[in-house]
Amino acid sequence: MNRNDSCRDREISETDRSRRAFLASVATAMGAVSLAPGIFLMSVGHEVAAADEGVRRASASVRWGLLIDATRCRADCDACVLACHQENGLPLPQSSADVRWIRKVTLRDPKSGAERSFPAMCMHCAHPPCVDVCPTGASFKRADGIVLVNRHTCIGCRYCVMACPYKARNFVHAPVTTQKPEVPRGMGCAEGCTLCVHRVDQGKEPACVAACPTGALLFGDLNDPHSAIAQRVRELNARPLRSDLKLDPGVRFFGV
Amino acid sequence: MAAMTIALDHYRLSARYWRLLALLALFLAGGALSFFAMEHWGHAITGMSNHIVWGTPHVAAIFLIVAASGALNVASIASVFERVEYKPRAPLSVWLSIALLVSGLAILVLDLGQPGRLTVAMTHFNFTSIFAWNVFLYTGLLALAVFYLWTIYSPFGKPYAKAAGVAVFLWRLILTSGTGLIFGFLVGRDGYGSAMLAPTFIALSLAWGLALFLLTEAGLEAFAELVPLTDLQDRLRKLLIVFVAASLYFVVVHLMTLAYFERNSAFVRFLLLKGGQFTAVFWLGYVAIGNLLPLFWLLNKRNQPRRSMLLSSLAVVLGGIAFLYAFIIGGQAYPLQPFPGYEVVASGFDDGQVAAYIPSLPEIGLALGGFALAVTVILVGARVWPFVPRRDG
Repeated sequence: MNRNDSCRDREISETDRSRRAFLASVATAMGAVSLAPGIFLMSVGHEVAAADEGVRRASASVRWGLLIDATRCRADCDACVLACHQENGLPLPQSSADVRWIRKVTLRDPKSGAERSFPAMCMHCAHPPCVDVCPTGASFKRADGIVLVNRHTCIGCRYCVMACPYKARNFVHAPVTTQKPEVPRGMGCAEGCTLCVHRVDQGKEPACVAACPTGALLFGDLNDPHSAIAQRVRELNARPLRSDLKLDPGVRFFGV
Repeated sequence: MAAMTIALDHYRLSARYWRLLALLALFLAGGALSFFAMEHWGHAITGMSNHIVWGTPHVAAIFLIVAASGALNVASIASVFERVEYKPRAPLSVWLSIALLVSGLAILVLDLGQPGRLTVAMTHFNFTSIFAWNVFLYTGLLALAVFYLWTIYSPFGKPYAKAAGVAVFLWRLILTSGTGLIFGFLVGRDGYGSAMLAPTFIALSLAWGLALFLLTEAGLEAFAELVPLTDLQDRLRKLLIVFVAASLYFVVVHLMTLAYFERNSAFVRFLLLKGGQFTAVFWLGYVAIGNLLPLFWLLNKRNQPRRSMLLSSLAVVLGGIAFLYAFIIGGQAYPLQPFPGYEVVASGFDDGQVAAYIPSLPEIGLALGGFALAVTVILVGARVWPFVPRRDG
């Protein structure tokens, strides 16, 4: 190796060093730019979680349920439906493609001619067919019995809509523009009544129950024998819809 | 009759081949356009609703998937039942199955509300769902079918050909059961919810798959300008008769089972008598075109055998699509019964009402795109590999 060669090697290694330093600083900058927002959001998330100390955790000792007393429900009242739509950011339905988490129905007993009105929604079954059929496990039941959809893993196959015998699951057919932060929704996913889980976790009752002017709806813990709902269910011998299917719904009816 | 010598050949390039591919490209573009429209504006632009969530794309997808299983009939006869005379047709039988399955799955995926989450479907499994099982059954059949083709063509694979053939045969029976049980495991719908649907779908697959195989073989022969093979014509004719009759038998038994139980009998009355377009499609499309017409043609020996078999195959295919339309969409149009024993006076969600459904352009576009994909895969495969059986000499 002659002298000129060794000079050139030194020059090349100088160039290499400066190039490596440049690449390292670019990599550091890119890393910071890509990670910083995530780290910031995580810290914000922790702060929010810390601020939500009042939020209840789902517990298997609780079985949230509803009692619907059809003898108290008025046919001309749809306060529960309107409250649901307002609370959960659902536009009022215009067509059969629009979602309905709750609906009012009026039925007639063909033998007696007696008519009854009441709201119907997701029955939050103990053995929910929508959960059984969901291929990804996006349809799930919380420990406290509330049946929900994980919006991140729902692929929009609609098998849960096919499986629900209560016509309580819906598919979001159109773009959604009226979401609320506490009720995430999106086009292409299945959804249904959440029993206002965001309110329940804060110790409040579902919006439909709070809005009912006649006290036809009662919310509470079916597992607690001293709760108002458990006592009333016992007293009225309130029964679920389609008890033949043995799905053990958390929504019980009286007068139907 | 002396045995006919059959060789396998590549599909020969011709102007017709390219013209057909160009035509198929139009349908594929239509399918892609339909998909992007549904992806952008949502399923609101389709005929589907919250009463009928599975529409025309599902009819096409399930037809293709069920037929994919039946397309393997000829390969199964060759390998499992060791009828050597069927062996030259086995590769086409397997490739047709792959083409139909891939196309059916493509429609299903593109019709998802969240097609971008395919990776979620492939990584999150709930094994109480027959859908989750089907993900394995469908991909498993594809893998087995490719392996089976390898055993047919490769000298290294030959020793495994029989085992691969048996594995494919058993797998496809389980797969078709799984497809039937998508409906069999639905507790709340009066038209479904029966274990009968597993064998019913197997019987339907045998008829639809054989019909599509016969049409595919004849189509390739016609486009490659080959002399049509007639060596197995009479046996395939009898086989198609048996399969069509067997599938009709299972459909009748399924409906009779439903009719016998009071809670389901109203659905049978709906489908057979009062279901409007669904009743018409069932009787005219499925019973008349899909069964009576082919049975009449196939059993009447005075007819020209090849023409009657191909016309019958076409009728079986149309009848199959009609059956699934009446079964899948009619089954959803018939109202759920959350309040049995009561008359619905008023409802905020049309309880007790038969749901309306008109197939929309995007749905038809996606369905036709799926069929076009199947034909494209067959044509490209037949060009690349020697699938086409032809008379040797």
